Amino acid sequence: MADTYLQIIFWAFFVLMAIAGVRVVTSRNVIHAALYLVATLLGAASMYVLLYAEFVAWVQVLVYVGAVVVLMLFGLMLTRAPIGSANFDNNQRLVAAVCAGLLFAVTSFILVRAFDGQEIDFTSTEGTKVQSIGEAIFSIYVLPFEIVSVLLLAALVGAVVISRRDEGPVED
Amino acid sequence: MPVAYFLVLSALLFSIGVYGVLARQHAVLVLLSVELMLNAANINLVAFSAMLGEAGVPGQVFALFVIAVAAAEVGVGLAIVILIYRNRRSVDIDEMSLMKW
Repeated sequence: MADTYLQIIFWAFFVLMAIAGVRVVTSRNVIHAALYLVATLLGAASMYVLLYAEFVAWVQVLVYVGAVVVLMLFGLMLTRAPIGSANFDNNQRLVAAVCAGLLFAVTSFILVRAFDGQEIDFTSTEGTKVQSIGEAIFSIYVLPFEIVSVLLLAALVGAVVISRRDEGPVED
Repeated sequence: MPVAYFLVLSALLFSIGVYGVLARQHAVLVLLSVELMLNAANINLVAFSAMLGEAGVPGQVFALFVIAVAAAEVGVGLAIVILIYRNRRSVDIDEMSLMKW
């Protein structure tokens, strides 16, 4: 019975994410595209909650919706994109649609065939504890974790170096 | 609930992202489409993590790593886009053919 409710919730968010995702790539207004991306990302976060991955869901909301989309909006404003409606698509739309449709057909066919009959059991699980994620990060995956921190630092410094104006030699 | 539902959802999001990367001209909108594709990968990771139960913790750990790398990618990508805008007064990626063979 609980599975029926979960399926109803899943399909509701599925439709929401599909519509919002299509609007991200077809919207003629750049700000609307970014805001539709927020809807898609929140839908993904609700999928994580549905899958008992609350920690990943909150990281998704904080990092993606809180930081990445704000950065995107800053990028759109700093490049002075036409805020009103304009055509941002090139002339390969038909080819791109055919490619994407074929890719979706092939990947979903293969995935459904490969994982046919595999069920996610929501009744017996308590969900993953944040404690076990933390233990995994700081024991087995401590080296990838440190590499990710160095990567973030390098990206931070790189972004500052790339985007600052060259002032020329300082007269002194 | 069959795990295939989540896999179909992520395949759909990934294909939408591929369409966006191929069909969009504005560089920031291409970055938005790349974010869609990264999220599709994340949904896959978390779905498999839930399928495996207690053995699936690495799936969530790698989802967190993907989120961190995506944040780094957006930072550097937007810096490059802003620099290109400053130099060329345009972010149309079809005009960025200077390094094209």
